[in-house]
Amino acid sequence: MSSTAELLDHLRARFPDATLELVENPGPAAQHGLRLDHTSARLIATYLREDPAWQLDYCSNVSGVDWIDREETEKVTTTVTAEDGSTAEKVEKVTRTIPGYFEVVYHLYSMARKTSEPVILRLRTANRTDDTVVPSLTPVWRSCEFQEREVYDLYGVSFTDHPDLRRILMWDEFKDHPMRKDYVEPDDYEYEPTPHATVLERAAKHYPPASPAEEGSQS
Amino acid sequence: MSETSDRSSLPPAAPEPFPAAGNISDEEREELRRHGILLTSLEELYNWGRTNSIWPLQFGLACCAIEMIATATARFDIARFGAEIFRPSPRQADLMIVSGTVTKKMAPQVVRLFNQMPEPKYCIAMGACAISGGPFKQGYNVLKGIDRYIPVDIYIPGCPPRPEALLNGLIQLQEKIKTERLKGPATARHLKPDAPSEYPIPEYDAHDLKPPKNPAVWTQNPLPRDQ
Repeated sequence: MSSTAELLDHLRARFPDATLELVENPGPAAQHGLRLDHTSARLIATYLREDPAWQLDYCSNVSGVDWIDREETEKVTTTVTAEDGSTAEKVEKVTRTIPGYFEVVYHLYSMARKTSEPVILRLRTANRTDDTVVPSLTPVWRSCEFQEREVYDLYGVSFTDHPDLRRILMWDEFKDHPMRKDYVEPDDYEYEPTPHATVLERAAKHYPPASPAEEGSQS
Repeated sequence: MSETSDRSSLPPAAPEPFPAAGNISDEEREELRRHGILLTSLEELYNWGRTNSIWPLQFGLACCAIEMIATATARFDIARFGAEIFRPSPRQADLMIVSGTVTKKMAPQVVRLFNQMPEPKYCIAMGACAISGGPFKQGYNVLKGIDRYIPVDIYIPGCPPRPEALLNGLIQLQEKIKTERLKGPATARHLKPDAPSEYPIPEYDAHDLKPPKNPAVWTQNPLPRDQ
């Protein structure tokens, strides 16, 4: 927390125009991330690589995350004045929908400083449908190239200024992006003996149990 | 001779003796061999030569390839069975060991390599993935078995199979080659002029390969009603 928060303060002082946000990780790992905006992302990334205090010269990992539309429920307390003048507190539950987005997560280390804790940068797209663009960090860290292609292939995130943005795992003719949460797999189930519940569900759909008449003839 | 006693203790390789060797039994032939008379047939000689110089295609697809490489090393030594020359070109190979997961992206290339191999050619499906897709069977990107597009002679189960299993599969293939006939109704596939030597290469489609299987080489198993 401290190092990421320190980094955030430092960057805010140095780049007053940039919109930065601390994305906390509530898990035991507590690897908090730093969300960058699109316009200043590459500028800050170059600074983090070049600045002698940070020297983040190694991007070890680029991940895509699909955040689907989710609902958050909040308790809102309001004070209600009754007709006789007495006041009472009323607690209401307010549900609001947070629109989904794609997130690209970069894990950075410094070989020069021999760091063991990663600095985590996050970029988010505007939404999940038509504006799925983030700036590419391949010009800053060359090792991002294939992994950004993978994120493009499996999640459909477009990286501006990527040198060679093509599919990398699926074939070029493939439509859709298979790691998206709303991806529908082709319905080509075939029987297999399995203990997996999800596969058994598909099995029941494709191989309905024999009708009673058939079973009677078998036994 | 120790060789004679060894041979008699083993089960017979072919279920029936070769007719071209005459109507004498294997024991009688061995007896003649002890006296320096080698009685054989062109068919047997031909199969004997092919059996003991199988040249596999040098290509691996996944973790099964590691076991295949181990089979070629000194510890397991596939050279004992005459199959140590892994050829990097399909034009010089006559056995394709499909060692590992065949993704839908790779499947057309595998079929194309098999097409480029000269006859007679054989195919071993090594491991659960090559047989049926294995643990990835219900995924969106893995072929549910290479036998959908090319004929498979030997299936080796395992995940991955140990080198001994691959050697056993190779011996099974050798037994199969030994029983192939040059003439007659049971003529070997590669000697039939109308038998296909090349198989249609599937094309990439929006979600799957097109066609998803070649019905000429693959038929679906019957429904498992007693599950």
